Amino acid sequence: MGYSALKIIKEGLFGQRGWKPVWRDPEPKSEYDVIVIGGGGHGLSTAYYLAKEHGITNVAVLEKGYIGGGNVGRNTTIVRANYMLPGNSEFYSHSLKLWENMEQDLNYNTMMSQRGVMMLCHSDGQRDMFARRGNAMVNQGDDAELLTPEQVRAEAPMIDFDNVRFPIYGGLMHRRGGTARHDAVAWGYARGADQRGVDIIQNCEVTGIDIEGGVVKGVQTTRGAIRTKKVAIVVAGRSSLVGAMAGLRLPIESHVLQAFVSEGLKPLMPGVISFGMGHFYISQSDKGGLVFGGDIDFYKSYAARGNLPMKEHVMEAAMTLMPSIAKAKVLRSWGGVMDMSPDGSPIIDKTDTQGLFLNCGWCYGGFKAVPGSGFSYAHLIATGTHHAPAARFLMNRFRSGAVLMDEEGTGSQHNLH
Amino acid sequence: MRLNCPICGERDRREFYYKGDAVELDRPDPNAGSEAWDDYLHNRDNPAGETRDLWHHESGCGAWLVVTRNTLTHEVLRCELAGANTQ
Repeated sequence: MGYSALKIIKEGLFGQRGWKPVWRDPEPKSEYDVIVIGGGGHGLSTAYYLAKEHGITNVAVLEKGYIGGGNVGRNTTIVRANYMLPGNSEFYSHSLKLWENMEQDLNYNTMMSQRGVMMLCHSDGQRDMFARRGNAMVNQGDDAELLTPEQVRAEAPMIDFDNVRFPIYGGLMHRRGGTARHDAVAWGYARGADQRGVDIIQNCEVTGIDIEGGVVKGVQTTRGAIRTKKVAIVVAGRSSLVGAMAGLRLPIESHVLQAFVSEGLKPLMPGVISFGMGHFYISQSDKGGLVFGGDIDFYKSYAARGNLPMKEHVMEAAMTLMPSIAKAKVLRSWGGVMDMSPDGSPIIDKTDTQGLFLNCGWCYGGFKAVPGSGFSYAHLIATGTHHAPAARFLMNRFRSGAVLMDEEGTGSQHNLH
Repeated sequence: MRLNCPICGERDRREFYYKGDAVELDRPDPNAGSEAWDDYLHNRDNPAGETRDLWHHESGCGAWLVVTRNTLTHEVLRCELAGANTQ
């Protein structure tokens, strides 16, 4: 399907009746080369890169709900590569490069906008820490600028520079970071995968994984049994439940993360601002709504909705950072179910079962990883070897203690990230 | 969410600190081996449904509680003193 200004005008005149679905709605076949469980951003990009990079097109993506209905449609749309530790650093660097070429690659407008991600610091120690992180980012080949308070003021004059508890000591600017249209990312990858022959099967919940003699044979679903030699689990907050179907007990806890959107306002925000001391980050969508979020609710949950204490905390952080938005009304909030790992970093790995692969542990940072995760996961599924930028996302790191990627420095322990 | 502290009665969630899964009450023997300790420290059942957590009534009586609740509905089913589980 082609999109053009002319087409939009024509459809507007004739009641928008001429648009066609951009991916098929096929019945599941009896057998596939690869079955991807989970039609979220990561699952769709996995299928897309299996087809595009490795020529594996006899692939099914099984989604229990609908495309775009999970976390890929309920996040704060932030894209960045400002990680510090080996393992994470090269992975997110690779993922950001894929973001930068995504629209050309998919021929689809994902509204990728590199409007910058600025983290704020409030003490000498934190500024030193930002200098170290910035150097790590530059060494990785990405961009980072340490900003003075005056430079922060020039970027973001609307924030409170005189807060007694959190005075602005500077910022770390990552100009290649920004935001993207989250739904379009899902739709673009779905369309791209479908065009290459991948079957995207919605309303198809996996109820069992067939394993014989340590080898994957297929899956049971609400739409019948499907045979395959390779099963790729990538189901975010449901990882423990789907993993259990294959006898896996995972280092994952599911927690709820809330996010919020205000009513539409005139342009106010220069890009993404991250107020880490308040566990708060904010940007402005192209429609004008402020999109912001905070920390997880800090108790296990599959409810996809949060409680009031964290809502209060986020609103208080917003008021601490930018009292000017006090009268803006919050239009809506939502919660997503996060697959929290002990060290806050993900897993892309094989399992002890032949043909069974696992991709999980993205915590609250899965959106920016959508292209990189799918690319590296597809590489692992197709070749059996780890893709270099994701080679440290191994499951056994928790047991061995080697190459833990604990960006926050809080320890490899549940409920600290 | 409100938790029914056996000592203080029903109180707002804001009074409580969440420690984590109640698996922490089942600490392995120091010589149990790396596999048992890895499992205890990292791996979790993570059920969608009934689960047991450790909460600390930090802004109340200071008691440690084992709270049984539903992760799908946030319904709180039982609140017991953690000491009763370990003694």
